[in-house]
Amino acid sequence: MMLENEALAFGETERDFSAVDKARVVAALTRVLPAGALMYDTEDLRPYECDGLAAYRALPLVVALPTTEEQVVAVLRTCFELGVPVVARGAGTGLSGGALPHTRGVLLSLARFTRILQLDPLARTAVVQPGVRNLAISEAAAAHGLYYAPDPSSQIACSIGGNVAENAGGVHCLKYGLTVHNLLRVRGVTIEGEIVEIGSAALDAPGYDLLALVTGSEGMLVVLTEVTVKLVPKPLFAQCVLAAFDDVVRAGEAVAKIIAAGIIPAGLEMMDQPATAAVEEFVHAGYPLDAKAILLCESDGTPEEVAEEIGRVRAVLEDSGATEIRVSADEAERLRFWAGRKAAFPAAGRISPDYYCMDGTIPRKRVGEMLTAIQEMEHRYGLRCLNVFHAGDGNLHPLILFDANQPDEMERAEAFGAEILELSVALGGTITGEHGVGLEKINQMCAQFTPAEVRQFFRVKAAFDPPGLLNPGKAIPTLNRCAEYGRMKVSKGHVPYPDIPRF
Amino acid sequence: MTTIENEWAERVRAAAAANTPLCLRGSGSKDFYGRAPVGEVFELCANQGVIAYEPTELVVTVRGGTPLVELEAMLAEQGQYLPFEPPHFGASATVAGSVAAGLAGPRRATAGAVRDFMLGVKVLDGRGEVMRFGGQVMKNVAGYDVSRLIAGSLGTLGIVLEVSLKVLPRPVAEATLRFELDEATAIRRVSEWGGQPLPVSATLWQDGVLHLRLSGAEAAVQAAVERLGGERVGDTEADAVWSAVREQTLPAFRPRMGEMLWRLSLPSTAPALGLPGRQVIEWGGAQRWLAGSADADSVRARALALGGHASAFRGGDRKGEVFQPLAAPLATIHRRLKTAFDPAGIFNPGRLYPEF
Repeated sequence: MMLENEALAFGETERDFSAVDKARVVAALTRVLPAGALMYDTEDLRPYECDGLAAYRALPLVVALPTTEEQVVAVLRTCFELGVPVVARGAGTGLSGGALPHTRGVLLSLARFTRILQLDPLARTAVVQPGVRNLAISEAAAAHGLYYAPDPSSQIACSIGGNVAENAGGVHCLKYGLTVHNLLRVRGVTIEGEIVEIGSAALDAPGYDLLALVTGSEGMLVVLTEVTVKLVPKPLFAQCVLAAFDDVVRAGEAVAKIIAAGIIPAGLEMMDQPATAAVEEFVHAGYPLDAKAILLCESDGTPEEVAEEIGRVRAVLEDSGATEIRVSADEAERLRFWAGRKAAFPAAGRISPDYYCMDGTIPRKRVGEMLTAIQEMEHRYGLRCLNVFHAGDGNLHPLILFDANQPDEMERAEAFGAEILELSVALGGTITGEHGVGLEKINQMCAQFTPAEVRQFFRVKAAFDPPGLLNPGKAIPTLNRCAEYGRMKVSKGHVPYPDIPRF
Repeated sequence: MTTIENEWAERVRAAAAANTPLCLRGSGSKDFYGRAPVGEVFELCANQGVIAYEPTELVVTVRGGTPLVELEAMLAEQGQYLPFEPPHFGASATVAGSVAAGLAGPRRATAGAVRDFMLGVKVLDGRGEVMRFGGQVMKNVAGYDVSRLIAGSLGTLGIVLEVSLKVLPRPVAEATLRFELDEATAIRRVSEWGGQPLPVSATLWQDGVLHLRLSGAEAAVQAAVERLGGERVGDTEADAVWSAVREQTLPAFRPRMGEMLWRLSLPSTAPALGLPGRQVIEWGGAQRWLAGSADADSVRARALALGGHASAFRGGDRKGEVFQPLAAPLATIHRRLKTAFDPAGIFNPGRLYPEF
């Protein structure tokens, strides 16, 4: 049972990599990588010091930029032999610090893996390298009337490898699924330098569903070198309904009523008044500024299908007390409706020097309660918060506004965010719906999982990565960290907010 | 923990300490599936009941031993269903058994499999620890996705105490069309349709006849029926067809004396198999059933050459290799995962692969 003891050992405390010697790592990697594929001078490392969560920064020992799978194998074998941590990185757009470098480790960038290897319109699949941008897949498939459905807001820039690592979502996932629902196969390399084919060109593969396990594993299990995605037919037509409400709770109830009516819209988004005001000033989408909340509900399909669904949506919204209902008259107006929602993050950045984006998911019926709680927290922490939600699936993105140059504002923002996440767990939800745990939410994992569950995650990791070298210190907290955070619960019966039922 | 959970945890700990293999069993409806069950029978039916169901949340949480028919009836009352259309293979099939078997029905190619609807599980592992993974919400990336890993693991990783599944509203309209097409044309035609915005929800080809089911909004189904032609099958007959293929009551699914039923999971566009036997093709070409006496090595080799895999679904030697053997690095990961959940190796040993 050596494996087991090892897994437990590194599940208890953070590993110490201070003995890793930079000169030795550089010398070993120089032998296996061509010129220009290894960087170790501080000014060359600087661009890699953070991902999309810029508040967390660290310089890696070296950056490796391989171009072939053989080189990836060689880098991982070298790190395995020398006991060096490896952090894989795609486009660096992640919002949870998952690609934050390890100060004693190799940052392994897959940025040069940018080829679409095969696109089969009849089978509706594409085989791509991990550095291919999400949107580039849909662009390549467009000629065949197909596209890749998951559309995270960073889709112009984010890479498919990163999407797999985070199980990225988007605004259409209620109807079209998350990354995990749109993958067939990945090919990757383990820390031991073994090439693994996970999934297949068929709809399933023999044995355990390792594809599901690898999806969303935040670079902790395997480094990807190829991804096979499913492509789906582009809907012929789409139309969007914009509805205004004079009360956020009523808007939340309207969401539940749409679902109760048996409708699964292509997109169902909600914004509160401060978020609406911030984006309106920025993009002039024509949003009603007097509404306490607005809903965007999209329908797609054949023109007949859309007309039928929009009619049903309109009836539900009228019945739910919407104060105003607009249906996009043409494609330009539909895109204008969406422009505001898609600009929510930049708009927050425009009205505030810094903002902190949360990602909890809660049962839809709890949205009103959460909004009320957030309002109270705004007063208590003395910070403003804009609320944008993927309302259809209960995924919240509260944007906490702060100024890092003001004393203790960053700390208050972090405490505010932590409270929202822990309330998400208490309301029967999760701390992260689609952005990942990374380093950012690692303490809140202690509120969501028991010590037995945390240990089990370490054992799962050890099945792929026995020495624990892939992205150490991310995604799954050590039990020691949880003890320090002071929130590790003896059992799930003793969570914060004990008065709130868990289901 | 409930009384049953405490009792079971105790029993698992005792079995682990004594190295007693346990044969985890719901109703036994899928005893035929996988490698031959061995060990002391551990009955799981007693752990029944609905924990939570709110139609507007599109989530249902039930105890593992809940009969599948009961769950489906409760969902139907609210106009909802399990879109992966799990085969029952017996009147008292349980929810946990369906999850563990990981089998999906005719809608699989477009709606997804069991794993696609798994939101969370509560499991009892081989140490006798009760753990929860995932949750009751649609989007959840906290921790590794253990709940989807449990789907299809044939009870080798743990006892499923509770499961949370995503459910969906039943399609407003459905229609089934019938076409006379040879095998190659049928495979090509369904792939072409799959690339168009048509509400296809199932396909079935057998003996020169293709059945195509359409599901969705009234207008979408109507428009597709008009566009595609073919012969409209009456609703009662259509229900019987799709239920017969899901439950494998069609004669083609029943291997005769000395025969086997193979399941080949292939890329949907793979050409005709060219193997001897009676064939049923589902899932837009991605699932092909072959009943007959074709030699095992040639079936596996053909599946592999076509980019898929083959499993010995019914009949044949259940003590031999049933599922396609794994490549060495994957087999290592499988063994380590098995040890991570069940260090003593007591849960359904050998049911999936002989090594564990």
